Amino acid sequence: MAEMDTSSGGGHKKGPGVKKSKKMSTRVDLTPMVDLGFLLITFFVFTTTMSKPTAMNMNEPKDDPDQQLKVKQSGAMTILLGRDDQVYYYMGQLTAEDASQQFKSTNFKDIRQVILDKKKATPIGDLMYIIKSDKEATFKNAIDILDEMAISDVPPGHYAEVDMSETEEKLISMTEQANGIK
Amino acid sequence: MGRAKLPRKSTNIDMTAMCDVAFLLLSFFILATKQKPPEAIAVVAPTSVSSKAAPEKSILITLTKEGKCFLLLGDETKKQEVLEDINTTKGLGLSPQEITKLTKLGFIGMPLGQIKSILALDPFPSADKLAGIPIQDSANNEMVDWIRSITNAYAGGDQKELEEKMLIKGDNLAKYPAFKNIKFALKKNNIFKFRIVTNSETVPPGSELYLKNREILEKK
Repeated sequence: MAEMDTSSGGGHKKGPGVKKSKKMSTRVDLTPMVDLGFLLITFFVFTTTMSKPTAMNMNEPKDDPDQQLKVKQSGAMTILLGRDDQVYYYMGQLTAEDASQQFKSTNFKDIRQVILDKKKATPIGDLMYIIKSDKEATFKNAIDILDEMAISDVPPGHYAEVDMSETEEKLISMTEQANGIK
Repeated sequence: MGRAKLPRKSTNIDMTAMCDVAFLLLSFFILATKQKPPEAIAVVAPTSVSSKAAPEKSILITLTKEGKCFLLLGDETKKQEVLEDINTTKGLGLSPQEITKLTKLGFIGMPLGQIKSILALDPFPSADKLAGIPIQDSANNEMVDWIRSITNAYAGGDQKELEEKMLIKGDNLAKYPAFKNIKFALKKNNIFKFRIVTNSETVPPGSELYLKNREILEKK
């Protein structure tokens, strides 16, 4: 019977002129694989913690005309939210004569200090922030200002959301025109 | 000069063990991550310093940046009841099969009058093609009817339980009046406490809340 020699070198033959087959190492360099593994781990760790939504509590007052809150003028600060992330505010009550002087415009970055100054200057019993949002204000603005209240640790019940009056709307549009906000 | 021969040591380290650890951790994190349900309605929520986690199985009112309003009933057990209640109170004339079809939808986002005709459509339109629940003004605010049916379905239970589940999720760019109309619908049904879904943000250092939190920590 015919036999085929499948072995290409090596085998049992030993002697001069016969090449010894090189023994290949079975070790693989695992470093890149470890790199990849840790890269994926970091990715998963970051994505899991970041997509966790939180919930903010909201307490709305009852619309009861008999229980209208009486606010002391000295302790009241009205914050108005306008278009394009603009914030306006005034202390106490607007008077017809110097409304434009009382009415100040600012932004979300600086309002924190104003809120804080007011809080420090007013006895806690009199303190009241009145928040009014314009038609052009966004949902983000409304939440941000409530968040500012939480950041400045204004106790609940010392701030409230109220509808805007016509004079205030007029003042806002006047200020917007003067400041060139569209 | 003869030099002392230092035995040469290989710098190769066996990486197998490290590789094992890496992939063990990887598989742990993949399995432990809860698969987020694919969001049919794209909304970018604002941030807040609140650290409370949003509850699951909630009643979620979603407001998109175009001002469209969608309702997502997360509690499967009450879903049927809510839909049956609104069917009878508003006289929608939906058959039991249609109600079952409606419960299988992820969200509700069409005017009451159009539910029947939209349900008959095949394939069902995606969220961006739907008109949303009308909330434009106080006279034509169908959210009031939906919330009423929800409170009916949860009647007898704990009011606080309902308040904890009531969530509003709005897009950053949604306009304020739309949000106000949703609040109106809730208030109309005597729900004065609810929650806003936000993404968490760190408390700014130096602020009043930051100082207060630190004080509490130091006391412990």
